[in-house]
Amino acid sequence: MAKVVIDEARCKGCALCTLACPKKLIRMSDKLNRQGFLPAVFPAECSRDCTSCALCAQMCPDVAITVFRAEKGEKP
Amino acid sequence: MQPVFQRPISLKDVATHFCPGCQHGLIHRLVADAMDHFGVQPQTIGVASVGCSVFLYEYFDIDVVEAPHGRAPAVATGVKRARPDNFVFTYQGDGDLAAIGTSEIIHAANRGELFTAIFVNNTTYGMTGGQMAPTSLPGQRTLTSPEGRDVTIDGYPMRMAEVIAALDGAAYSVRVAVNSPKNILAAAKAIKTAFSYQIEKKGFAFVEVLSACPTNWGMSAVQANERVAKEMIPYFALGTFKEKN
Ligand SMILES: Cc1ncc(C[n+]2csc(CCOP(=O)(O)OP(=O)(O)O)c2C)c(N)n1
Ligand code: SF4
Ligand code: SF4
Ligand code: SF4
Repeated sequence: MAKVVIDEARCKGCALCTLACPKKLIRMSDKLNRQGFLPAVFPAECSRDCTSCALCAQMCPDVAITVFRAEKGEKP
Repeated sequence: MQPVFQRPISLKDVATHFCPGCQHGLIHRLVADAMDHFGVQPQTIGVASVGCSVFLYEYFDIDVVEAPHGRAPAVATGVKRARPDNFVFTYQGDGDLAAIGTSEIIHAANRGELFTAIFVNNTTYGMTGGQMAPTSLPGQRTLTSPEGRDVTIDGYPMRMAEVIAALDGAAYSVRVAVNSPKNILAAAKAIKTAFSYQIEKKGFAFVEVLSACPTNWGMSAVQANERVAKEMIPYFALGTFKEKN
């Protein structure tokens, strides 16, 4: 159980995070953001499968990704 | 929920001007992360070079001196000698460090100056539109080598991490890449080690980081990232070339 927050406005749509995720949880949007890029999206239902490994965030050149892990006993 | 990955505090929370997929942003993060790790941000003075990373002062929450093209190691020498208690690093591209500034970096390393050099090798002059650099690969097409780099005329790509390692004054010299999570973690570690050489007064440290320039390579971000593994790493071997105790 984890949560990945992608700053949509900051994202430049490079797609490098999608390659980094071992579980392929991140996809690219088909809606342009304010900067005119197609941003990366972490679908809410992927929280269940996300291991909070943060490899996506490590790979992001624009530091647009923050990763959270559920604390002990925390309910989804 | 507890954060497990956050922006380093030494990196300002602002958007960058870098192109999509440009790894300058990632390398900035790793440098900021190392500053956070050692808690040196309040006493850090960065020395920026000329190139796409010229806006260092906009992105790092530190004091920055802007050096003339190639002269960052000379400026850093002065800053560190005048203010030995400050933490000082340069951040330079390959056009800056390996072309116009070759003399400055070699002599600073040879004198064993106590600053840290971060060298971003993207095999081209990014800011000015993709001219051939001393690091451009054999056969690489650039604005000034439209038929590809001809080594019989233009010479060979310079392996700066090895050149620096050969100097007695240099204490630490490595080459890393940021094209995969595994390489990014190794790069983060190398930058921290390089910082520790200055903090522990062990000597001059040099980190060459292989980086993608999708715009001037005429590639998508994903293709450019792949080129790092396919073409750059085979020529510019990753590794530690000097590690003085
Ligand atoms: C004295 C001087 N000569 C030339 C230039 C033009 N110039 C600006 S940036 C640059 C090259 C930058 O390339 P690099 O260091 O590889 O950095 P990158 O932009 O690829 O990050 C050049 C030649 C300049 N600004 N000053
Ligand atoms: S934290 Fe790991 S598992 Fe979760 S989206 Fe990022 S890369 Fe994938
Ligand atoms: S790596 Fe960062 S900038 Fe690139 S698509 Fe993913 S979130 Fe966006
Ligand atoms: S031109 Fe190249 S080095 Fe400069 S910001 Fe764009 S991708 Fe990065």
